[in-house]
Amino acid sequence: MKRRQFIQTASWGSAAGVLGLSGCATVGSGSGPKVVVVGGGYGGATAAKYVRMWSDYGIQVTLVEPNASFVSCPISNLVIGGSKTMGDITTPYDNLSKRHGVNVVRGFVTQIDAEKRLVKLADGSELSYDRLILSPGVDLMMDTLPGMSKPGAQDKILHAWKAGPQTLALRQQLEAMPDGGVFAITIPLAPYRCPPGPYERACQVAHYFSKAKPKSKVLILDENDDVTSKGPLFKKAWAERYKGIIEYRPKHKVVDVDAATNTLKFEFNDDLKANVLNVLPMMRAGDIAVKTGLATANKRWCEVDFLTFESKAAPNIHVLGDSIQVAPLMPKSGHMANQHGKTCAAAVVALLTGKQVNDTPIYNNTCYSFVSDEDVVHVASVHRYDAEKKTMLTVPGSGGVSSAANELEGRYALAWARNIWADTLA
Amino acid sequence: MKKIHTAWTLALLLVAASASQAQAVDPLQARSWAAGCANCHGTNGQAQPGMESLAGVSQEDIVKKMQDFKTGRRPATIMHQLSKGYSDEQIQAIAAYFAAQKK
Repeated sequence: MKRRQFIQTASWGSAAGVLGLSGCATVGSGSGPKVVVVGGGYGGATAAKYVRMWSDYGIQVTLVEPNASFVSCPISNLVIGGSKTMGDITTPYDNLSKRHGVNVVRGFVTQIDAEKRLVKLADGSELSYDRLILSPGVDLMMDTLPGMSKPGAQDKILHAWKAGPQTLALRQQLEAMPDGGVFAITIPLAPYRCPPGPYERACQVAHYFSKAKPKSKVLILDENDDVTSKGPLFKKAWAERYKGIIEYRPKHKVVDVDAATNTLKFEFNDDLKANVLNVLPMMRAGDIAVKTGLATANKRWCEVDFLTFESKAAPNIHVLGDSIQVAPLMPKSGHMANQHGKTCAAAVVALLTGKQVNDTPIYNNTCYSFVSDEDVVHVASVHRYDAEKKTMLTVPGSGGVSSAANELEGRYALAWARNIWADTLA
Repeated sequence: MKKIHTAWTLALLLVAASASQAQAVDPLQARSWAAGCANCHGTNGQAQPGMESLAGVSQEDIVKKMQDFKTGRRPATIMHQLSKGYSDEQIQAIAAYFAAQKK
């Protein structure tokens, strides 16, 4: 800790603020402004760190997260492809508490009382807040596929769309699959978390098959009319690198699954069986946001003020990341959630310390997809606040995609991961 | 002669205008703009291995690089696309922020 930070912390006149720096503050104690962050993904963890940093360590921050460590969705497709391990994509939360004095609580939020400004946890404890930052990611709408409610169905038909145990389980299903088998991945109508993710995953599985199981096939069954991100680049990879392995079928809407026979049922197309099914159901804002009444757009996504990320449905509650109703051309990505986290942190610090909220946010999105274990394609964009339309719009003439898959960007992609993990968590 | 004189006056006015604009950027706004670069270039521009650190690099160097990315003079994989999203004024302010950070 820097001496300057210590003095400024002490000047809040709060013993708990000082204790917070050693990471052992009593939950909810102290007298400085209190921020509670729910969800330690790219959005929430970044917000927690930056509220501490940008308040000169004066605002108390408690981060509630059910998982023991951060497991990154970006790069997790490489675990499925076999070139990375779970260890490579896992980062502990220690530095948030050690370096930044964030009070990290492992727990699960069951209820939010917006009137009383209280967060209730599954273990019965409560946290009070001046401002709440909610970054619960997405939840999968399993109820749209009746067969998923059968006993054992969700253990057999995986989504692996939240990096963690399912990532490894899907890898194991692929390893156990005989050569000559079929892997089928289904994609819901946009918007969903990580637009290019399913296509990258198809490449990773095909890459693994081309080395280990060359008679096997990858079927992409997409509810969308066409590839939703980096289309020409992915199609080139499928036609050239994975010719005869990957087959892309658009306009395939899954309406049910039968886990007993590994069968997909579609709205218009014939039933289809595969050895390994990877079903990505429709998604919506994390359950806690829906339950709190914040998901006002189609009952799925949370509308926010893009200057502060404050919910349009409840005061003093800010919503970040994949849970929000996005601005035009704004992807649901980890990179974008990190940007939300910083924009929101700046606004929350300003609001709690009587300063002006920045009126011209501008930030970028960078997204790398691996088409093999080392070649990568990117899409990039710059988003600027439009005061008239009160939303974020892409800056005309900026952004674009790679001209072709290349190994140099493969190295940049891994450097991007190291840097964003550090910016979010260290 | 008169034409040249007018051109000079105009140029001076433009320089004065851009200088006052640069001063008009709220330091907290500049800090938040710069934070948008941290995803790749590290918190406060202190990068992890494999990416260029911006902390402590002179404002002039960063501005020149960004302008060269914009015009295509400097080859890039992604920065030619990202640099075009930022105005000259924003680049000036962001570069000044990184120049003031500890290496």
